[in-house]
Amino acid sequence: MEEIRNYTMNFGPQHPAAHGVLRLILEMDGEVVMRADPHIGLLHRGTEKLAESKPFNQSIGYMDRLDYVSMMCNEHAYVRAVEKLVGIEAPQRAQYIRTLFDEITRILNHLMWIGSNALDLGAMAVFLYAFREREELMDCYEGVSGARMHATYYRPGGVYRDLPERMPNYHASPWHKGADLKRLNQWRQGSMLDFLDAFSEDFPRKVDEYEELLTNNRIWKQRTVGIGVVSPEQARAWGMSGPMLRGSGIAWDLRKKQPYAAYADVDFDIPVGANGDCYDRYLVRVAEMRQSNRIIRQCVDWLRRNPGPVMLESHKIIPPHRAEMKNDMEALIHHFKLFTEGYSVPEGEVYSAVEAPKGEFGVYMISDGANKPFRVKLRAPGFVHLSSMDEIVRGHMLADVVAMIGTYDVVFGEIDR
Amino acid sequence: MNATVSLAQRLQERFGAQVQSCIERFGETTIEVASSDLPALARALRDEDVFGFEELIDVCGVDYLGYGQSEWENSGQATGTGYSRGVEGSSGPGRFDWDGRPREVDMPRRFAAVLHLLSLRHNRRLRVRVFCPHQGLPAVPSVTAIWPAANWFEREAFDLFGIVFEGHPDLRRILTDYGFVGHAFRKDFPLIGNVEVRYDPEQRRVIYQPVSIEPRVLVPRVVREDARYAQGAAETADHWRRN
Repeated sequence: MEEIRNYTMNFGPQHPAAHGVLRLILEMDGEVVMRADPHIGLLHRGTEKLAESKPFNQSIGYMDRLDYVSMMCNEHAYVRAVEKLVGIEAPQRAQYIRTLFDEITRILNHLMWIGSNALDLGAMAVFLYAFREREELMDCYEGVSGARMHATYYRPGGVYRDLPERMPNYHASPWHKGADLKRLNQWRQGSMLDFLDAFSEDFPRKVDEYEELLTNNRIWKQRTVGIGVVSPEQARAWGMSGPMLRGSGIAWDLRKKQPYAAYADVDFDIPVGANGDCYDRYLVRVAEMRQSNRIIRQCVDWLRRNPGPVMLESHKIIPPHRAEMKNDMEALIHHFKLFTEGYSVPEGEVYSAVEAPKGEFGVYMISDGANKPFRVKLRAPGFVHLSSMDEIVRGHMLADVVAMIGTYDVVFGEIDR
Repeated sequence: MNATVSLAQRLQERFGAQVQSCIERFGETTIEVASSDLPALARALRDEDVFGFEELIDVCGVDYLGYGQSEWENSGQATGTGYSRGVEGSSGPGRFDWDGRPREVDMPRRFAAVLHLLSLRHNRRLRVRVFCPHQGLPAVPSVTAIWPAANWFEREAFDLFGIVFEGHPDLRRILTDYGFVGHAFRKDFPLIGNVEVRYDPEQRRVIYQPVSIEPRVLVPRVVREDARYAQGAAETADHWRRN
C-alpha cells in the first residue's frame, strides 16, 4: 500500500480572504485541515513602544490605527485609561457623544464585516449595500473630526469639540450630480443630529435588506450553519469576548455588566446565539446593528435636549481654546506647556476595557509619574480570537477556514499592533 | 456569599503568605505572587467557586528598567544660553543605541508578567503580577494548561521581552520578523531598532544593514510632582518605592 502523507499548504499573506496580512500554514489531509498555524505580525508597528516615547495625548491617533474599522472604540479605551489615572471624568454631554460615536463605530464595523464576510463566501452584492451606509456614517466621523477614519476625536477630559450645527453637504462633481446629488444632500440640510435622526429612522430598513440577501439564503446557510462551532466552554477557555462569546450563548456585554460612558442610561438588549456556529454569530451581529441603532436614537434625543460643555475646563490637562489663548497670558502658558511637554500623570496602573465591536478591547497602562506612559499594553480581541484558530478549524474543510476567518472578524491593525 | 468581604480580603484569607502584596486602587485589585506559586494559585483562581476566574483576559510583559527616571532635569538656574529642551547624548530610556545599552544592570525586579483575569460569574477582575526571579534569563511558569488563551500572549511576551514561559508547548516568536534578533520592547532596545531593510540593486536582493537614522527625542521624559495628584501618588508611591 502506498504511503499517504499530509501536505502543507500556505495561505496568505497576500490573499483576498485573509483580511489583510494573515499567513496560515495549513496541514491538510486531502480537503480536511489537520492543523492550522496562523503566522501573524506582518503588520507589527510597535504601537505600544511608540506610545512609551510620546506624551499621553499624542498617542490617541495611534489608537485609531489599531482596529482601523472601529476607530473611536479604541480611542475610548485609551482615553478612559488616562482619565482613570488622572482622576477626571468627562462631562455628561461628552459621555453621550462618546456613546453615540461608539455605536456609530459598531455599525461601521459590522457593516464592514457583513460585506467582507459575505464576499468571502461568495455573495458579492452585500458588500455594495453595506458600503452605501458606511459612507453616510463616515461623513459623521468627518463632520466631527475632519477625518473619515483616523479621527483622534476623543480626548482625556471629553471630546475635542461639540457636534457641528450644520452637516456638511456634497458639492456637485462628476460623480455626484443632478438627482443623485439631491438625494445625497436631502438628509444633510440641518445639524448632525438631524442627519443622524434621519439615518437611524431609515437604517432598520437597510438592515432588512441585508437580511433579505443572507438570512434565508440557501448558499449562505450551507456555508455557515454548523460551521466553526465554539462551545461555551471553549469560548471561556480561549478568553473570547464580544460576538464570539455571545454567539455561543453567554450573555456577556461590558456595556451592560460594567457600564461606562452613558451606557447605564440607555436602553438596549444583548442578542445571544444558541449554537455557537458562524450562522449564529452572523445573527448576533445583525441584531447588534439594530440595537446600536436604538442606542443612537436615544443619544440623539438626549443630546438635543441637553446642551452643555463637552470638555473639562481644567487647563492643567486640557488645552485652552485658541481664542482664549490670544487674550489670556495664563492660557498661553498652559497651551505652551501642554504642547511642548504634555501633562504628568500620577504613578499607578489601570486597566480600562470597552466593548469594542469585535469584543473586549482593553488598555493596560502603567504610569511612573512622567509625561509619557511607562508601558501601554493593548489587549486586542482579534488577537485572542485568532489564537483559537487551530482548535476551532481542526477537522473542517479548507473552504470553512475562510468562513472562520470571516466570522472571527479579524483586522490586522489590532492583532499585530 | 458575603458581599462585604472584599476580593482582596478573600484572596489573603485563602492564599495567606502566597499573596506577597495586595493593592486595591481605582477599583482594581492587584496581587503579586512568587513565580513558583503561580501554577497552583492560577488553578485555584479558576476552579474555586469563590473566585471563578474562568477567563484569562491578558498576559502582559513589563520591563521595569528605568522606572521613574526622567530625561531632562531643570537645574533651576538660568544660564547665558538659556535652557536646552533637546535631549543630548545618546543615553536615556528608550533611545540607546545597541552598543551603548546598559549591561549587567543590578535590578532584581526587572521583568514581570502581568495577568489580567476576568470572572464572568461574579463580574470581577483581578490582576496578578509575577516577577521573574532572574533577570539574566527571565522565566516564569506558563499558564497555558490552565487557560489556553495564554498561548499567544505568552509567545508575545517571549518575543518582545524575552521572558521564557516554562511549560509552554510552542514558545516561538510571534509578532516580530522571521529571524529577528533581540527583544524589541525591552527598555534597552532602541526605538529605531538595530537593522533596516532595503533592496540592493547591485546584489539584486533585499538586504539587512545597520540602521542609518539618528535616534532623537522631541519631547523629553519628565517626572513632575503635581499637588493635585499628591494624595493618589502617596498611596502608590510607598508601594512602588519599596520595590
